[in-house]
Formats: sequence, structure tokens, C-alpha cells
Amino acid sequence: MTQDSPAGGTNGKYVGRPIARIDGPAKTSGQARFAAEYSYPDLAYAALVYSTIARGRILSMETAAAKAVDGVVAVLTHENAPPMKPAGKLSPFDVSSIAISTSVNYLATDEVHWNGQPIAVVVAETHEAAQYAASLVTATYQHWHAKVDFASEVPNAIPDKGIPFMTGKADKGDAMAALATSPFTVDLEFSTPQYNHNALEPHATTAVWDGDKLTVHEGTQSLTGVQGQLAKRFGIPKDNVRVLSPFVGGGFGGKARPWAGTLLAVLAARATGRPVRLTLTREGVYHTVGGRTASTQRVALGAGTDGQLASIVHTSVSRTGYVGGMPERITEVSHETYAAPNIYLQQSSMKLDLVSNTFMRAPGEAIGSFGLESAIDELAWDMGMDPIQLRMANEPDRGPVSGKVFAHRHLREAYAVGAERFGWDQRELRAGAMRDGRWLVGMGVATAHHTAMQLTSSVTVRLNADGTVVVRCAMQEMGMGAPTVQTQIVADELGVPLEAVRVEYGDTDLPWGAPAFGSVQTASVTAAVLAACTKLKQSVLTLARKQPASPFKGRKLPELDTRDAGLFFGTRGQSYVEILNAAGRNHVEVAYKPNMPAFLARTVRDVGWRPKAATGAQFCEVRVDADTGEVRVSRWLGVFDVGTVINARTAESQLRGGIIMGIGMALTERTLIDHRSGRIINPSLSEYHIPVHADVPHIDVQYLNKPEPNSPLGLLGLGEIGITGVPAAIANAVRHATGKRVLDLPITLDKVL
Amino acid sequence: MTEIQIKLNGSVERIDVDPWVSLLDLLRETLKITGPKKGCDQGACGACTVLADGRRINACLALAVAYDGSEITTIEGVSHPIQEAFIHRDGFQCGYCTPGQICSALGMLGEYQAGMPSAVTEAGEVPAGKPSPEEIRERMSGNLCRCGAYNGIIMAIQDVAGTENR
Amino acid sequence: MKPFTYLKPHDIEAAIPAGTPPGTKYLGGGTNLVDLMREGIEQPDHLVDITGLHLDGIEELPDGSLRIGAAVRNSTLAAHPKVRKGYRVLSEALLSGASGQLRNMATVGGNLLQRTRCPYFYSDAAACNKRQPGSGCDALDGFNRSCAVLGVSDSCIAAHPSDMCVALSALDAVVHVQGPGGTREIPLTELHRLPGDTPNIENTLEAGELVTAVVLPPPLSARSTYRKVRDRASYAFALASVAAALEIEDDKVTRIRLALGGVGTKPWRAYEAERLLLGGPADEQAYRRAAEAELAAATVRAGNAFKVTLAEATIVAVLRDLSKAGAGS
Repeated sequence: MTQDSPAGGTNGKYVGRPIARIDGPAKTSGQARFAAEYSYPDLAYAALVYSTIARGRILSMETAAAKAVDGVVAVLTHENAPPMKPAGKLSPFDVSSIAISTSVNYLATDEVHWNGQPIAVVVAETHEAAQYAASLVTATYQHWHAKVDFASEVPNAIPDKGIPFMTGKADKGDAMAALATSPFTVDLEFSTPQYNHNALEPHATTAVWDGDKLTVHEGTQSLTGVQGQLAKRFGIPKDNVRVLSPFVGGGFGGKARPWAGTLLAVLAARATGRPVRLTLTREGVYHTVGGRTASTQRVALGAGTDGQLASIVHTSVSRTGYVGGMPERITEVSHETYAAPNIYLQQSSMKLDLVSNTFMRAPGEAIGSFGLESAIDELAWDMGMDPIQLRMANEPDRGPVSGKVFAHRHLREAYAVGAERFGWDQRELRAGAMRDGRWLVGMGVATAHHTAMQLTSSVTVRLNADGTVVVRCAMQEMGMGAPTVQTQIVADELGVPLEAVRVEYGDTDLPWGAPAFGSVQTASVTAAVLAACTKLKQSVLTLARKQPASPFKGRKLPELDTRDAGLFFGTRGQSYVEILNAAGRNHVEVAYKPNMPAFLARTVRDVGWRPKAATGAQFCEVRVDADTGEVRVSRWLGVFDVGTVINARTAESQLRGGIIMGIGMALTERTLIDHRSGRIINPSLSEYHIPVHADVPHIDVQYLNKPEPNSPLGLLGLGEIGITGVPAAIANAVRHATGKRVLDLPITLDKVL
Repeated sequence: MTEIQIKLNGSVERIDVDPWVSLLDLLRETLKITGPKKGCDQGACGACTVLADGRRINACLALAVAYDGSEITTIEGVSHPIQEAFIHRDGFQCGYCTPGQICSALGMLGEYQAGMPSAVTEAGEVPAGKPSPEEIRERMSGNLCRCGAYNGIIMAIQDVAGTENR
Repeated sequence: MKPFTYLKPHDIEAAIPAGTPPGTKYLGGGTNLVDLMREGIEQPDHLVDITGLHLDGIEELPDGSLRIGAAVRNSTLAAHPKVRKGYRVLSEALLSGASGQLRNMATVGGNLLQRTRCPYFYSDAAACNKRQPGSGCDALDGFNRSCAVLGVSDSCIAAHPSDMCVALSALDAVVHVQGPGGTREIPLTELHRLPGDTPNIENTLEAGELVTAVVLPPPLSARSTYRKVRDRASYAFALASVAAALEIEDDKVTRIRLALGGVGTKPWRAYEAERLLLGGPADEQAYRRAAEAELAAATVRAGNAFKVTLAEATIVAVLRDLSKAGAGS
């Protein structure tokens, strides 16, 4: 154990228990305040105007009608807006560059890069006046040729060179030759549409300038990302920007970066000298915040008569925008899932004149697992094998591509537990053989997989002489229960009651915290919290030992128990209150700051040598209406290996949430981008169908609760794994119910009818 | 500007409003009652649900002027065991849809008690007693939750069904 | 949203002159109109709120018909004992639409006049003859999965969105209106217009005419039901829907009412299918033949061709269910 890898132990009084969320009372009483709910004297409201073409140049803008609307303060366009600095470029050597969402320098250019790009901002005394005036701003354009249609550009996609640490590339053995000689093969082409996050809280920013100091209320998954981007774009020191985000109304990747609305709210506040609030309309969120890329995949598998895979071929195409985004690592899932002597993985991508693509819950794996896990199921049909049996026949004991031994993998157990609990043995082997009235019934499984990553964090822990503890870290809470689990961990580490601990978060004035994406936050913050608690106890022990009658003379921290709000050696001990009072101190505070070079070295080592992943087995039952093809999910069980579960209540909820988003991905969700105009034409919650209550059955979530040996407290992230495997499990169940293999998401009734 | 009077969470408010101001914006921007949320501003998500004269409505599609003389209850005016049940059952994550879910649930339970049917109610009358999970799911489908806390919400509502004496 | 004036009169005599000038709209629950105003699709200068006109009663008339006030809320109507008992198809149609909150707000009159959900109608960057006459129709070669296959024209293929109207169509409802020229009655089936070359003109109401009531003829003895097929299990518009009433005696169809939603540019009364079914055998083969005959007039586009199969399958399923359930009880 190094200082940077504090896989500390715990008394376990609170860790592992289903503690109720500490912010529950605020969230159930309307007291939780979100970014658009801070009012300032003289607050003005901003609204955006969007381009109506995909590519071209603005020739003229008509703003007079908008300016004439009662209450309008300003109409900002490229002709009159104060300048912002350029976005800079995404670089693997500059962590802060990940906060760049698009390269567009809004309102500093007459160039249009996608249909829906903001081209003007209206600021007014009221929300209504701003919205109305924005609707009156018109533009004329010089039209340029635009590439907006994913499907027609697929043949022109270019192989990706590979993203550092995230390669989807592999070429082991001769996969094509092995495929050609395998007795059993499947070779399938899959496609998935663009998806959008649709956090219930639309992106909102309240921006307040005080000289060259800026305060921003913003719902974000990355406080420091917003802070860094704003500092850069507005040419002020980072410390001059304070970002406050105590509550975030859902993110799912969509709030991982600041998008146009954030920048333009700040710009509007600077231009008008007023505090400005910009709440995107739902349509505005679709136009200005990227979604999950559309994709195509080819998955070809070759197997022997015993079911052993001889070949895995997995290739994919995704898209970015000309103005930004990253290729999606769709084939990465095939690096880790099945053993095979011959593996060929290659990703390609294209650029389109659309807003940048971006992270959405389990980027890569959500899509990639649909292809791979559908293909293995189809292979099982071809071979007349049980799909779980086929999977287990190919379960690797080391990385199929890397050859490195897994430090932790319990997928066999997940399937065993799941099959028993779900009643997998009740599954008829033939397709279309199970029926309940008008419904054809089908059962499907798929493997869930999400690579675990860990960043680092800074944190301070302060013990007050009254026995209370304050933990400070600029981490984010968007519903995962982050402050609740850190409260549990600290209470256990220090042996104090939960009520004694207060966690402060959601504010860049606090010590730097890991962002809340990539399922990294809890592990990253926990590592820092554990280290800080150890340091704190050491400081307290040192203080205690200075007292003449200290029971700890000559004792070292590892010899002591931490319990009952104090330190103990056997039955002898002292409470923290006693120690601090005796020392005449009103508090002891320690700060933990990561040793960055050591951290980075360890990260590189882990990625290369000890790949860590959360895994799971998804079981579902679907019903398909025999007449109309309507597909409904009737039962679900997910059995997950996510390492240690700190809080069963919040963990279950987050895993269920991932599964539900996967149900939407599989059955109902799809962002419609007009192939001619590049315009999103269903930018609303009425026409983009996220699952409603009636679409969601009771979801049974189980976990193995086996600590991962190399992670802090043994935990693996669990924010994203829930969605992986879900679309495939549903497609496989539909195959079982109807005999039809649907390769194109979402599985709407017209594809089943 | 028109002067309207509403009874908001028990206290009478007289306010001047322009006709184009929605009840939701009146609450959130003028009266600083920010419990009701804006998720879509077009009646597609339910985050803005409030009770108007005891009936649940989408405040985003309600013009404030049209609610002159009404009694409006928002989450700020709710003190009910359902709130504790939401915490106990973990019926939320981010909390953004929660005020709407809770107000909707209270309105829904009232409708159920009053014998109002739903799309899944079989022929005949609405059965007495607690609504089934299937009934609750159908009746609550106007309240979206993107975090996916649906299971917890249904359990919380079941816990308190039959106790909704407001 | 464009600024407008708001008036809430207390009697019809005051409402109609107020609602007659150009640029004036009647406001019911606002669930569709307020949304369309916010989208800039509707831009009235004046709104006349009709919820103070005492049009919110439901009463049985001496001849056994049911008079429903135009301002009755959708949820109230769906739950009304006389509707549950005598007009089951209407209750089910109402309950399959929108959400609990919206049904509490939406009025009968507003539901009659609700406008299409075609995505291009809602997109200000798209060509739409309904929104902007003469601009074209981007739905023809765009995303038209939700669009209509019956009653379409080269100008417009937007589907009518109402569930309630489909049931009212099957029930031979009559719409009572009052305008500057007095009162008149319009059969529901003649209230909505086919798009033709003027898809922006959606109904046969004259300027200032206010829907005051909908009258349902006395209840049918036939069993009736409404089936809605959609992408979500709830809270979504129909891809196809069927309102049907069926009575069978001696294995023959003695009474049939059939109307379709989600597939027509207006609530679609399936007269052709009814004609074929009446007096014929009550079996699945006959149901299918009738369904196919009704859909024979369909004009499909790339994205909505499935609706023909879907509508046929749904008609058959509904009639089969009604026969199984002992139609005639």
C-alpha cells in the first residue's frame, strides 16, 4: 500500500449498509436548489437563437424586431458581441482540454457548423420577453455543402489511429482465416441511432460578474472543467472563477463538459453588466449539447463444434463532429469478454456537420455490448447451445488480447447466481414456444462489462473539538449519493456516528475533486478520503501522546482501534473530544493532495497490467404482442460484480437506472436527425421516448460484493455498468419470443411485426 | 398586467401578471417557489406538477391568469408521510423530478380514492383499497424520471396509499 | 410566445363577439394551445377563456342521449358513470391519451381541435404546409414513421393525434357549435377536414364559432372498446388505434362500429370495413378481409408502410377480443 493507493480497511459499521441519502429531506421538500434557482438583484434572462442551416455563412441578421420587444436589454450576435478566446484543442497531454465541447467560438464567427448552432443571444428583463424576442431574430445564409447523414457516410469512414489508454484496436492471430475455417459462424451487421441524455434538468447557468471575478451556478459533472474552460475563454485566472453546483438534475455524460449555453450565459452577463440566467429550452438542449454517436458494427464469430471461439471479428463506425467530439470505443468490449486465439478489432469514424458527439453513459460499451452479446446469442441459436453455456465455455481467465491475468473476475458466479434466481431453467429451448395470452414470451441474457478507472482527488478533513467532522472536496452529486457514501466511509474510518460527519461538495472553492464521469468519482474520492482520515488520526494520536498521562505512549496508529468517536488500545482509550480539549485545540485539520507523478505512473501501470472491470449478467423476460409486435419488458434481474458495495440502497438505484436507460435504448429512444437538413426533428420529451413508469417492471438487482483487491475499499465504479448488455439481453429475448433477430436499435414494433 | 389572486400553500397572494406568464414561471420566477421544476415546458415530463384545487396539473401549460382564484399546492406546501416514504424507498436520485412525482402521487391517490379509472382499470369499478403496482405505474406515467428511480417511487407510493388525508 | 390579451367571459353571449375577430382563439385547458403558442406555431393576439361559460356539465337528455359540455375535463368525462357504462370506448380512448395531469386540464372542446404531432409541423426549420402554407412538406421524404396513410395528400401526411375523436367518430357523436350566426350541429365525422391542398385548414368551423357541447346518441347495445398501439406502454401518441363496437347474433355481425386513429389525417371512420362486416360472418377471416379492404386506400411512404399491416392486425385483434368477450352483452 502506497500513499497513493490507500486500500485502507474499515470497521464497517456504516460501509455496506443501505443508509438513506443524507440529502433526502432537501430533495423531497423542494428545498434542494438547482442552477436556475438562484436569484440576484437585477437578474436578466437570456435566450438563444439557433441556426436553421447546417453549414454556411451568415450573410445578414435581422434583430430590429427583437430589440423592439418590451424589456429587451440586448441582442448579441457575431456583429456586436464581446469576444471570447478560442476553445483550444483537445489534447491527451492536457487534462483540462477534455472540457472543450466544441471548437466553435460562439458569436465571434459568422460561420455555421451545424443546424441548431447558437447564432444570437437575447437578454431581457423577463424570461418571456427573452424567448419571444429570440423567436423574432432571423438570419440569411450562404449555404455550403453539409455532410449530415451518418448512414450514407459509413462507407467513407476512416480507421481510427486509437485513443491513448482507450484503444479499440487489436489484431491477434489471423481472425479472418480462422473465421473462414470455423464450422460454426455468425457474421452480423448492427446499427444504433443517436441517443440523447435527457437529464430532467435542462442545462442552466446563472452567471454573475464582479469586476473580473465570476460566479457561476451550473449543474455540472465537472466543476473544475467548467472553471478551467471559463477562465480560459474569458481570459481570467482560474481562481477568479467560482462554480457552484450543489445539486445537479441528472447528467449521464451530458453535463460532463460546458456547452454553448454556459459560455453564452457568461458572455451575456459580461456584455450587459447584469447577472444573467440562461436556462436552455428542451429543444435547446438537443441543439447545443451532443449525444451518443450513431453507429454501425460488424461482429463475426467463428466457433468449433465444442463451442470454443476460434475467431472474433468486431469492427465499428462512429462519428464525431467537424467541431469536436471523440471516436467512440465500441469494440473495446471485445478486448475483455471472450477468449479466442484470433481476434481482430478495428474502429473507424467519420466527421459530420453536426454538433460534437459526447460521452453518454458507458460510451463504447453500451453500443459495443449490443453487437457482441447479440452475436454470441445468435451463435448459440446456430449451435443449438444454451447461450449461458456458450458464454461460460469461452469465459477467459486472462485478458483475451492483453494476455494479462485478471486480478478480479467473477462473471461465472454472476451467471450461476442469476440463472438460479431468474429461473433460467424454465426457458423453453425453442423460439416462440412460450406464450401468455396475447403475449409471446421470451427470455434473454447478456454480459455487462465496464472497465474501471480511477482518477485522484484532493480533500481536507477537519475534526472539531465538539466531535464533529467536516470533509471538503469539490466533487459532484447528481443523484449517485456521493456525499452519502463519503459520509459513511468517513464515519467508519474515524469511528464516529454518521450524524457527526458533514461532507461539503459542489463548489470550486473546495479542494479539487475528481469529475463525475467514467464511473470514477467514488473510487477516486474514496482513495483521498481514506488517506486523509489516516493522516488525521495520526495527527490526533501525535497530539494525544504529548499529554503526560496518554494511554497511547509508545503506540503506533496501526495498533489502535478507531471506535466510539475516539482512539483505543484494548479497553483503554480517549475520545477525540477529550484529546482535542486536553491539547487545547479547537480543531485538527489535514489535507490530502495526490502525488501526481506517482498517481500517473500507477495509472499507466494498472491500465497496462491489471485491467480492472465491473462485470455482470443481465437477465430479462420480454413480452411481444402476437398481433401488433409491441415489446414490453416484464421481468429483469441484474447480477453484478462491482466490488465492494458501500451503500446497497444507492447502488441498487443507480444500477436500476442504468438498466432502465438501457431499456429505452433498446426499445424506444432515438434522436431523429433529418438526412437533408441535419436538424434534430424530435427535440422534445414527447417525441423522444424515454421510458415511463409503465415501461418499467420491478428490477431485481443483486451483487456479489467481492472487494476488488487493487481498489480503494475494494470498490469498482457502478454508474455505467447497469446499461451495458441491456439492449442485447432484450434483443436476445425478442429473438427467443419471436424467432426474429433485430439488428437495428431501437427494437420498435415495426421491426418485429 | 392583470391582478390575480391565488391561495398558495395556504397563504393568499395577489400578483400582477402578464397573460403570457405560465403558472410555473409565476411560481418559480416571481414568487421564488422553485419546488415545481421545469423539465420540458411542454407537458411532456411532469416535473412541474402542482395541485390546483386538489387536482394535479402541469403548471407549465397553465397560464397563470387562468388560475385566478385557485388554490395551488406545491411541494413546499406538502407535509405528508409520502416524503419520508420516498427517502425510505430511495424514490429519487438527482431529485429534479421529485417534487413533481410527489405532488402527482398525492393527486393520483386522490383520484384513485374517488374511483376514477385508468387505462389499466378492468371493466367495472376501481377496486377499493390500495392501488396495484400496475395501476400506479400507469397513473404515474406522466412523471418521467431519467435517473430511473421508478421502482422506489412505486414502492413509496404503495407504502402510503390509503393514508392520503390531506 | 407572442404577447396577447386574455379575457374570461362569464356567458356565451359575451364570449362569441369577443372570440370572432381575426387573431382570436378560444382557450380551454391550454394543453395543446399554450404549447403551440410557445412554439410560435399559434400566434393569437387575443385569447378568450371558455372555462367560465358553464359548459362543464354532463347530462342525459330525454331521448337517452348524453350531452357533454365542451369545457368538461377529459378525466371527468372518462370517469363519468354513464360514460363508463354506456360508452366504454370513449372512456378507454380518453384514458389512453396523454397523462393524468393533462387529462385533468384538457377539455373536450380542446381535444376535438388539437393539432397534429408531426415532427416537421413542430420544427421551425422545416417546410410544412400546415404550419406555413405553400412551404412544402418535409415529412414526405423525411421521418414519416408517425404520419398518416389514409386521407393523405401531396401537401400533407400529418396524422390526427386525438384518441377521443376516434371514439367519438365510432359513436356517431354530434358537435354543437354556436357562432355569430347562431347555433348548428356538425356530425363529428364532418368536423375535421382532409388536408387536400389546404392542410392549414383543419376543420369546418367558421370564424367565431365555439364548440359548446358534444352529444352522444343513446348507448349502443354492442360491447365497445378502444385499443391503442404505441411505442411506450403509456404517454405516447398512437401509431395505430382502433375504436370498435361489435354485436354478434347467431355468428353474424349484427352491429359494427369501427374507427381508426394514428393512421388517418383525420379521425378515420372505417365505413368500408363496416359495410363488409355488417350481416356477414363473425370470424377472423371476415375481420381480416374487412381490415384489408379499409386499408386498401392507404398511400404509404418509406417510413410508415408498416402502419397498413399494423392497423389491419389491430383491427383483427380488437374484433377478435370483442367477439371472445361475448359481444352483445
